[in-house]
Amino acid sequence: MLDQNTILLTMLGMLAVTYIPRVLPLWLFTSKPLPPLAVAWLRYVPVAVLAALLLPALVVAENGASRALDFSAGNLFLWAAIPTFVVAWKTRSLFGPVIVGMLIVAAARFLV
Amino acid sequence: MATFETASASRWAWLRGVALAAPIVIGYIPIGFAYGVLAQQAGLSTRNTVLMSLLVYAGSAQLIAVGLLAGGAPALSIILTTFVVNLRHLLMSAALSPYMQRWRKSALAIFAFELTDESFAVHIARFAAGAPPQTEVFAINVTAQVAWIFGSWVGAVAGQLLADVKPLALDYALPAMFIALLVMQIKDQQHIVVAAATGLLAVALTQSGLGHWSVIVATLLGATLGVVLEMRNR
Repeated sequence: MLDQNTILLTMLGMLAVTYIPRVLPLWLFTSKPLPPLAVAWLRYVPVAVLAALLLPALVVAENGASRALDFSAGNLFLWAAIPTFVVAWKTRSLFGPVIVGMLIVAAARFLV
Repeated sequence: MATFETASASRWAWLRGVALAAPIVIGYIPIGFAYGVLAQQAGLSTRNTVLMSLLVYAGSAQLIAVGLLAGGAPALSIILTTFVVNLRHLLMSAALSPYMQRWRKSALAIFAFELTDESFAVHIARFAAGAPPQTEVFAINVTAQVAWIFGSWVGAVAGQLLADVKPLALDYALPAMFIALLVMQIKDQQHIVVAAATGLLAVALTQSGLGHWSVIVATLLGATLGVVLEMRNR
């Protein structure tokens, strides 16, 4: 059983490290604009960070210490990503792809 | 009379903000629900589950943190991972700054607390179309967070009744959300190249055992690649 007070302290730490990056640029750069190179670099960060979070979650099977690539038919997360991508591309929304992805994974688990 | 008109204008701004937040609400309730269920199953109390949505308010980081807590990760590594995963807000905050030159520091402080990927997408579109009243901007943020907290709370309560999250595929909420957010960010071919290269790099780094650092290292290199490609194509 997890200690709820430790969790509370962990959450306060999470609050600090989440809030500071959210507020600092707004405070600093509303008075002093950024150099163009920094702005160009910043434009690529959202795409890069999301790809870095996503792809390992789809293709790397973590099993204890082993982190093997998994392209087998049983890797539901990977195959469900294809229709999820299609829906995301067509709708450009958050709700549609999330629901479609979850429905496909749920249906596949129910059938197999 | 003047005060009456101002009050009515501000009520309209509130209503408009709530309406603009509707697509976010539709997305947040099911993902918040998934988070609530997973948090409950990881061993968080209902109070802490809801408190995290109130205090931290960052969907992907909360889902990742809950997974780490369930796996018995130490507090420091959870906080560090949260920092890395949420660093992207730094960039969104920076991107909004040109539009918010007239805002007071105190108003910016409140606004920043509720800055998320989805609210960023709505705000940047609104700001680009003209300066919306602050009331409307705050109405969007508050509506979105209330939906997130509500979804988390329902999930936490339902989590006590669900034996396993797998039949509902709640464990797929996070990857599916990343897909949706990634596609929303892709605006040209360079973005696709950067996404593919960064993703592959992150896979290689994960395999080499870098853990959650692989995300930040791959991101730094990936964004740099984007700038290099941009300068070469010019």
